[in-house]
Amino acid sequence: MLTIENLSVHYGGIHALQGISFDVPEGKIVTLIGANGAGKSTTLKSIVGLVKPSSGGVSLDGEPLQGLQTKDIVRKGIVLAPEGRRIFPNLTTEENLALGAFARNDKDGVEEDKRKVFKLFPRLEERRKQKAGTMSGGEQQMLAVARALMSRPKLLMMDEPSLGLAPIIVKMIFDIIRTINAEGTTILLVEQNAKAALEVADYGYVLETGRITFSGPGRELLADDRVRSAYLGESTGKK
Amino acid sequence: MDIATFFQQLTNALSLGSLYALIAIGYTMVYGILRLINFAHGDVFMLGAYFAFYAITAFAMPWGVAFIVAIGLTGVFGMGLERLAYRPLRDSPKISVMISAIGASFLIENVGIVLFGGRPKSFPSIALFDTVVRFGSISMLSVSLFIPVITVVILGILLWIVNKTKTGLAMRAVSTDLDAARLMAIDVNRTISLTFGIGSILAGIGGIMWTMKYPQLNPLMGIMPGLKCFIAAVIGGIGNIQGAVLGGFLLGFIEIMIVAFLPELTGYRDAFAFVLLIVVLLAKPDGLLGKNQTVKV
Ligand SMILES: Nc1ncnc2c1ncn2[C@@H]1O[C@H](COP(=O)(O)OP(=O)(O)OP(=O)(O)O)[C@@H](O)[C@H]1O
Ligand SMILES: [Mg+2]
Repeated sequence: MLTIENLSVHYGGIHALQGISFDVPEGKIVTLIGANGAGKSTTLKSIVGLVKPSSGGVSLDGEPLQGLQTKDIVRKGIVLAPEGRRIFPNLTTEENLALGAFARNDKDGVEEDKRKVFKLFPRLEERRKQKAGTMSGGEQQMLAVARALMSRPKLLMMDEPSLGLAPIIVKMIFDIIRTINAEGTTILLVEQNAKAALEVADYGYVLETGRITFSGPGRELLADDRVRSAYLGESTGKK
Repeated sequence: MDIATFFQQLTNALSLGSLYALIAIGYTMVYGILRLINFAHGDVFMLGAYFAFYAITAFAMPWGVAFIVAIGLTGVFGMGLERLAYRPLRDSPKISVMISAIGASFLIENVGIVLFGGRPKSFPSIALFDTVVRFGSISMLSVSLFIPVITVVILGILLWIVNKTKTGLAMRAVSTDLDAARLMAIDVNRTISLTFGIGSILAGIGGIMWTMKYPQLNPLMGIMPGLKCFIAAVIGGIGNIQGAVLGGFLLGFIEIMIVAFLPELTGYRDAFAFVLLIVVLLAKPDGLLGKNQTVKV
């Protein structure tokens, strides 16, 4: 469904992505893991057009996304729940959700999806009128995911959804990732929490300073000694 | 001072405050969305008045049509200004954009002098606005009553747009987080353009009503009101619409009342705004309604 080919990104003199290629097949969960600064967020940002690649590119169902603005890429069904949540703190839960559905004109469908996300995150329903900035970190993360779902995406990309959350909320977020996927949404997940990510993922890629060094089915990577020593030893249970 | 004079001054204060509020909103909306002080905003106000003047005198339009055309042109002009002077610098350092704003302001003023002539022009009289209205011993021009009423209606429409419509929601999103707004599939350029359009329309309405009340036009007439309304926006808490309205009315009242009660200070009239600015900023550096406020555009 999504194909990344030889993607290269420069920030001034920094060569953040040095020609990476990978696929996200329809209906699957794919995860991208790697240390801080490896280029994970950069990859997601270039897919949605927030960062312009210096060479290479991204295509969705064979159609290149080069040169499209972010708003048009999002309208094609790719959505990003960005690093650091980036909810609108001065707006209410409902307004944030309405923004998630901004591109849609099917009022009834939007209402239906709102009921769906409230079922997924009952906490958000209790806080419909609350300013998002005053909610707890976990609630804000739920809102970030819920807001992304409101666009009814084909491909949902999440950048470190478990960051800074208590284990029970992390578990909840991962359960919801499974649920959303089971309902047919393709998922590209970036995580520091490599163990949890590889456990849910059909396929995983390891990114090291701008290059993909390992890849394979989630379970295989979980069992791989090199991946275990580099990413699992230090990344389980922290953050 | 007797009660009649007081009421007369109160109406004056209300109408001046209304005009200040309308112009201050343009500063605050543009600041809210781009973190930019649009130094040319006072000149857009001036253009609104001239557009109306020429529509009536040169194109012989009836005043109602002339006003609508002028207000529309002012809005389009504001959007063009953003397109040409600010959008190309969207990713440049703030200082470049600011210099571009100052440059745009000088350019408009000087092209104005060339095209409109430096000598003041007097706005043709419109009976509806120039009628003297009497309540007992109070008498005033009807325009002084129209201005606050029109302003309230416009404020109502504006708050409705900002708080209740999809466009308003997009404006609030863009003003908080540009990239996050892009991720919501919002057309950021269009939203910014609309913000300039709305701010300029308000300035155009303000400019026309201003010349109804003070019927002298000159190409530099936007400078002082522009500066004062910028101050009004800062006093209210820049970025906040209600703040701009509050600041505008506060400034209008203080200016009129000080001149009314302490006529010996009349010569310092234009300085009150600055004194008020200093006092408010010393007490509340973010302005009266600044920061942590709910409606920020
Ligand atoms: N806007 C930017 N300007 C300059 N350099 C940047 C910019 N954004 C990212 N970088 C650099 O690019 C590299 C990759 O950054 P990126 O944010 O993609 O890493 P990441 O894998 O998401 O890391 P983390 O796990 O810490 O979020 C880093 O070295 C970073 O410093
Ligand atoms: Mg990152």
